[in-house]
Amino acid sequence: MARVFAVAWLLHLKMLSRSAFDGVLGVLWPLFFATIAFLMYGAGGDDEALLYAAVGASVMGIWSSVSTSASSAVQRERWAGTLELLVIAPVRLPVVLLPITTAMATIGLYSMVATLLWGRFLFGIDVPVEHPVLFCLSVLATVVSIGMVGFLMAVTVVRYRTAWALGSAFEEPVWLICGFLLPIALLPGWVEPISWLLAPTWGVRAIRESALGGTPFPDLVLCLVVGLGYAAVGMFFAERILTAARRNASLALS
Amino acid sequence: MSDAVIEVADLQRSYNTRTGVLRRTAKVVEAVRGVDFSVQRGELFGLLGPNGAGKTTTIKMLITLLLPTSGSARVLGYDVVDDAREVRKRVGYVFGGERGLYERLSAYDNLRYFAELYSVPAREQSRRIGELVELVGLTGREKERVEGYSRGMRQRLHIARGLLHKPEVLFLDEPSIGIDPVGARELRSTVAGLVEQGTTVLLTTHYMFEADELCDRIAVITGGRIVATGTPAELKARVEEGPVVEVEVFGDAEPARLLAEALPGVRSAIAEHNGHAQLLVVRAMPGAEVSQAVLGCLGSVTFGRVATREPTLEDAYVELVNNA
Repeated sequence: MARVFAVAWLLHLKMLSRSAFDGVLGVLWPLFFATIAFLMYGAGGDDEALLYAAVGASVMGIWSSVSTSASSAVQRERWAGTLELLVIAPVRLPVVLLPITTAMATIGLYSMVATLLWGRFLFGIDVPVEHPVLFCLSVLATVVSIGMVGFLMAVTVVRYRTAWALGSAFEEPVWLICGFLLPIALLPGWVEPISWLLAPTWGVRAIRESALGGTPFPDLVLCLVVGLGYAAVGMFFAERILTAARRNASLALS
Repeated sequence: MSDAVIEVADLQRSYNTRTGVLRRTAKVVEAVRGVDFSVQRGELFGLLGPNGAGKTTTIKMLITLLLPTSGSARVLGYDVVDDAREVRKRVGYVFGGERGLYERLSAYDNLRYFAELYSVPAREQSRRIGELVELVGLTGREKERVEGYSRGMRQRLHIARGLLHKPEVLFLDEPSIGIDPVGARELRSTVAGLVEQGTTVLLTTHYMFEADELCDRIAVITGGRIVATGTPAELKARVEEGPVVEVEVFGDAEPARLLAEALPGVRSAIAEHNGHAQLLVVRAMPGAEVSQAVLGCLGSVTFGRVATREPTLEDAYVELVNNA
């Protein structure tokens, strides 16, 4: 099982890295949004807020990569006629979908590094990584958890042809709700419980804490727990959703 | 003793479709309306029918991509609804056209991916992929990206993918569509070779000569129902049709067609476009001799080649479908 996952992840990573369109978008998109964030916060003259935004902007890239791409990736498989071939392979659906979404999240790692370097060299924002090991662990946990969100979305797209649009719909709201660019405390009170259910909330907190010298463990654990929760829900529903897709003939384009 | 590897009983499948934006109207389309057939081990069974007849829907139910609305189907003894994973392990599926491949990966990587999904042991993968690449004539090109492949090469790669796990039953859904004649001939040779080695094949195709050449038995399906089953020879024999007269006509063939249609002993007369000319095709009753009479209908119209031939599988197919 691990081997299937590893090979599939590697091959999907290979495909993603070879797409000129996705490549250009992947390179420019995170830098574009990071630049806006840096200019906004830089104008305020608050160094602490700028540091807050720098870490948040770096996670935005991972989220955007998964939210917009994971659901459209399954739709792309449908367009290409490969979704049907994947579904009739004698492995469980999660084994097919997880490598795809995890590869997307891995690509998102680039945007994190690029955003941090962009901030460092163009805007002089030096993010101090106080606990390098914990920082890496936090990043890894965030990537995995966001990959699980993508997995949940991908499972939905298997059943509903138009569900791929959900990914784009969630992209910007999650930036706000998870506190990537501004503290959740500044948002209306009803938003906070929603943010607790979103793994990126805990992931970005863990990354901030480990970078700025705090205690990332509680956030790190919560990030993983919520991410695993997504995985459990996705796995529980995957076969049922596949059965529904077979009943409703939604695996093919028409 | 019967050794059926595919058993289909009263299989039905309908689709619910909706049209309209503000006023949504639901419609039920019955794609397959109760088909029954069985395929024996080692047999090459053809499913022939016009577009929308229910061929692909039937195959998709058998390979577990679609759930039947009612009826039952078993492949190698496994129910396609209850034992879907067991069926998937043992069958291969190849469809025609350019889709179904990862364009940005090489042929080798495409095959490697599916080899993993089908649990081909790691130590055997390279050898198996090498064998299949050679079988389908892609040796030396397997490390190139698929996006640079011709349609024929893609189709051959499809075949290789479908055979990775050595399936006992292979479903081929219009595999030769869009392939040039040489490629199609090679494909037929590959399929015939697989059957010789014991693979059971269910083939759908629009090409009658392909079905005639390859299939042990054929089922003709139209409107979601099987209207005839038999060997190609049996199907040809059961069609009540006599010889077919074909006349190449330069000019308007319609007056001659109308006259020919009214001749005694003529079942039907049609005019088909045939490049710069028209082809008048007159089908006669069994035992009737109408060649001279047909030529008499041409009047002053210039005509070229005249041929009389025995009914082909295509004639039988056309009659079966039209009479359904």
